[in-house]
Amino acid sequence: MSYLDKEALKVVGTRPIRPDGIDKVIGRASFGADYTMPGMLWGKVKRSPHAHARILKIDVSKALRVPGVRAIVTAADFPNIANEEAFVGEGPMNFRDLSRNCMARDKALYDGHAVAAVAATSNAAAEEAAELIEVEYEVLPHVIDVEAAMAPGAPILHDDMLTQGVEPKPTKPSNVAKKITFTKGDIAKGFAEAEVVIERKYTTKPVHQAYIEPHACVVAVANDGQTTIWSSSQGQFMVRAYCAKLLGVDIANIRAMPAEIGGGFGGKTLVYLEPVAMALSKKSGRPVKLVMNREEVFRGTGPTSGGTIEVKLGAKRSGRIVAAELVLKYQAGAFAGSPVGPGCMCAFAMYDLDNVHITGYDVVSNRPKVAAYRAPGAPISSFGVESCLDELARELGIDPLALREMNAARDGTKTPYGPTLTNVGYLQTVEAARNHPNAKIPLGPNQGRGIASGFWFNIGGESSAAVHVNEDGTVAVVEGNPDIGGSRASMAMMAAEVLGIPYEKVRPVVGDTASIGFTFLTGGSRVTFATGMAVTQAAEKVVEQLKSRAAAIWDISPEAVEWRDGKAFPAGANAGSFEPLSLADIAIKSGRTGGPITAEVSINAQGAGPGFATHICDVEVDRETGHVKILRYTAVQDVGRAIHPSYVEGQIQGGVTQGVGWALNEEYIYDKDGRLENAGFLDYRIPVASDMPMIDAVMVEVPNPRHPFGARGVGEVPIVPPMAAVANAIADAVGARMRDLPMSPPKLRAELDELDPPRMAAE
Amino acid sequence: MPRVNYEAPTSVDDAVKILAGASGLAKVMSGGTDLLVQLRSGRVKPDLIVDTKRIPGLIGIREEGDFFVVGAATPGVMLSGNEKLDHAWPGIVEGADLIGSTQIQGRASLAGNLCNASPAADSVPAVIAARAAVVVAGPNGTREVPAESIPTGPGRTSLAKGEFIVAFKIPKPKPHQCDAYLRFIPRTEMDIAVVGCGTNVTLDASGTCIDARVVLGAVAPTIVVVEDAAKALIGHKLDDATLAALDAAAQKACKPISDKRGTIEYRTKVAGVLARRTAAIAFERAAAR
Ligand SMILES: Cc1cc2nc3c(=O)[nH]c(=O)nc-3n(C[C@H](O)[C@H](O)[C@H](O)COP(=O)(O)OP(=O)(O)OC[C@H]3O[C@@H](n4cnc5c(N)ncnc54)[C@H](O)[C@@H]3O)c2cc1C
Repeated sequence: MSYLDKEALKVVGTRPIRPDGIDKVIGRASFGADYTMPGMLWGKVKRSPHAHARILKIDVSKALRVPGVRAIVTAADFPNIANEEAFVGEGPMNFRDLSRNCMARDKALYDGHAVAAVAATSNAAAEEAAELIEVEYEVLPHVIDVEAAMAPGAPILHDDMLTQGVEPKPTKPSNVAKKITFTKGDIAKGFAEAEVVIERKYTTKPVHQAYIEPHACVVAVANDGQTTIWSSSQGQFMVRAYCAKLLGVDIANIRAMPAEIGGGFGGKTLVYLEPVAMALSKKSGRPVKLVMNREEVFRGTGPTSGGTIEVKLGAKRSGRIVAAELVLKYQAGAFAGSPVGPGCMCAFAMYDLDNVHITGYDVVSNRPKVAAYRAPGAPISSFGVESCLDELARELGIDPLALREMNAARDGTKTPYGPTLTNVGYLQTVEAARNHPNAKIPLGPNQGRGIASGFWFNIGGESSAAVHVNEDGTVAVVEGNPDIGGSRASMAMMAAEVLGIPYEKVRPVVGDTASIGFTFLTGGSRVTFATGMAVTQAAEKVVEQLKSRAAAIWDISPEAVEWRDGKAFPAGANAGSFEPLSLADIAIKSGRTGGPITAEVSINAQGAGPGFATHICDVEVDRETGHVKILRYTAVQDVGRAIHPSYVEGQIQGGVTQGVGWALNEEYIYDKDGRLENAGFLDYRIPVASDMPMIDAVMVEVPNPRHPFGARGVGEVPIVPPMAAVANAIADAVGARMRDLPMSPPKLRAELDELDPPRMAAE
Repeated sequence: MPRVNYEAPTSVDDAVKILAGASGLAKVMSGGTDLLVQLRSGRVKPDLIVDTKRIPGLIGIREEGDFFVVGAATPGVMLSGNEKLDHAWPGIVEGADLIGSTQIQGRASLAGNLCNASPAADSVPAVIAARAAVVVAGPNGTREVPAESIPTGPGRTSLAKGEFIVAFKIPKPKPHQCDAYLRFIPRTEMDIAVVGCGTNVTLDASGTCIDARVVLGAVAPTIVVVEDAAKALIGHKLDDATLAALDAAAQKACKPISDKRGTIEYRTKVAGVLARRTAAIAFERAAAR
């Protein structure tokens, strides 16, 4: 069924409080670190202090003598996993690499890389023992930055890394894991037609997702191998699959329980601690708890890539772009698998271009392996492309929104990476931005306005959901996706809408791996789309059952029953004359009409609608300190249909805030030995509340016809435009074009001094 | 297993006795917003913590003649809540008020900020600029010394074993005297000063500066009293030439390091900027009274 008629909706589109809200506000919600078990041990991971070192020997004898120590594990306690692509998490991953990322084997590849772990009867004993584990290293030359890692003579991380995607096949190892290209049309011909060509290079820094909750888990392995995992992640099925593979056990032996999750943003789509705790539990025979502190989160877990973005645009004086060329070099961290692929694909997806050539490189270096982060890859390439577009607009003297409109992708546009777009709302976002009051507010001195757009695919995929009618007419919804953005509320709302009952009568829960069918992890902005589709279908099946139960009670044919407003009615005069039966009336009698009323649906959802956004950012620059104040921020986005508008706005505001941090201050600072110097929130500067104005989230609704309610993913695209929007605003304010992130005060002040050297102060 | 003993004496004498008699590392605690954080991160490993907050007089603000006497452990929220102090020395209160968040303000003290001996401490420049003294209690009785004599380097103080600060004595402002404090941080709060500047000026009736103190934070191993910056102000009104001379003097006094919080070049430039901006505010305030 379709529920695209907004006027007819009673629950979807309203703003009820979230089912997990009270628990989170009063501190009762159980996050990863809140689980304990009788007899539980405390674990601690020992981490490499070197950016690149061969592990010669690990001596645990002193550590084992610490009272209370029950088990110590190193790579020797894990199966040596073969090279095999995994299709478990959000980004590309290889089981061998993941295993070696959780526990270094032979070599430590970054400062903070796990090399051993200990479990003891107290946290203090575990910490003391971890200190006493003696690791003998042969320190190797290291390389941190992406272009240095590609340079001839750079220290090589993996002796068997032969660049894929180049002809002839290389014979010598390098740090370039892969080269990819996307071509549309004839790039040379395009540039030959161009009247203006603009070529620029931009760089971004790796940035962490900065979720508030550090990674945490408790793992209990019983004597017969039956394993229970409590952990905070973006997918209990993902945790189960990775742990089974990395420890060499059957998936059936593991039950993974999802904890409440205190933020993930993509960073919890893989495992770090669970396999280690599992190995410790297996070895000690006791449940083991592992919790990272903030320093470990920064040193040991994956941010997104930093990268270089080389953009070359050719255009007619009219503003029509006739050629677009892009070279992306993304830093993957210690193992292959940066999001350079999506970076390539998203870069020009907002535009209808005839001649495009895109090259991407996936490059390893001695930093933590990158992990997914909201729209993985897209914000990086978009920073370059959207900045360059602004430079082009200035060069041509064309309004940046007009330039985008002139080149906008529409229904029927073939993207540079293949698919043809349908039902897209990009132009609507440009239009809404142009008409928004923010676009017209006059600016004062040192103030500027920046425009940028963004694209993200959004995905569907495998989802399961069950709807159970309780005996009193209330309803339980069980689904398989950890809720990181308010999705439980949306699930309950869709079920309530279909069933015709109040939202408050529906209780949604996230099931463990034994309680609900397989569900792909929470990522790719897929949950409200794909799992919402499963919930809707399960609720519809329940409605069918309710109708047949009513039919049985009335002794008429099920086709003669109609479901409206949460009640069964005879479909017409011919069906007979009966008092309507409410869901509760039918539920109470369900024992006598055929047993429990329940339905579970498992689907592989297709047709996730792409997301487009256009942002307006107003800044004020303090010329003397280089400080940038965000004065106003308006984020316009095609959201398909906002199931719960407040949580959609929350997603947009959160994405923008993270993007502003990425733009202005966030970066990893390494010393000359490749050690991270700012592994904490004091010097890794995410925005604080007072840095941000109230962000105006403007929802454009172009329904996605492939979803019963018209939903499309909303969680990722809002982080794509902000970096360029801020950079373009700074350029507008003070004429300084900032091409390297972060645009921190010292860098901006230096740039301003270069444009306008300070006069020497009078002595 | 590491153990920490905790004492909360109720008199200055008891506190001195406990501190003087302690074996191992004894740390005085006021609000604990530095100490407990450092303890948890393993940066300090004290054997004994002596909490001063139960000692009468250590929390609270009173007036004694020409002085405000601020108990060493008085939390920030009581400083900003004290109308008389806030009116007299808005710069001192601004500096203290910048420390941390609302939660931190419920604990963080002037003594802790001074004795943690970070060159970036936010309350210290304006306190020194006001020529405040501290009352130090110890095994040999009490002594009064200028606040700037306490920190001797990052994390180090001139306090001897058994000594601790009991109170701050801050002189009341003279006619046409006032102060200001500004810090620069990349964000808007919850950050450590890249540069801080406290400026205290006294004007004559015509608006000419007759006395001044300019104190910079985070540009050297300790907080710097910039004599040349004061000289640039004294005898002048706040015109462009004066501001330029002040800026140059402030920049010249900087001996910063390049670290994750800022480069030498940047810190130096910003020191000049903040010296000018605090002087402008302090002049305006002083002229208005
Ligand atoms: C989240 C957060 C944000 C912060 N933000 C800022 C900021 O913006 N600016 C800033 O300057 N600081 C900041 N701080 C640091 C800290 O809050 C301040 O330095 C505060 O003033 C310390 O005061 P306290 O009373 O808590 O000191 P404590 O932690 O009690 O003590 C600090 C040090 O002083 C010594 N000490 C304390 N009292 C005495 C005494 N009476 N006599 C002798 N020695 C003593 C202690 O032994 C210790 O070495 C922040 C801290 C946190 C946790």
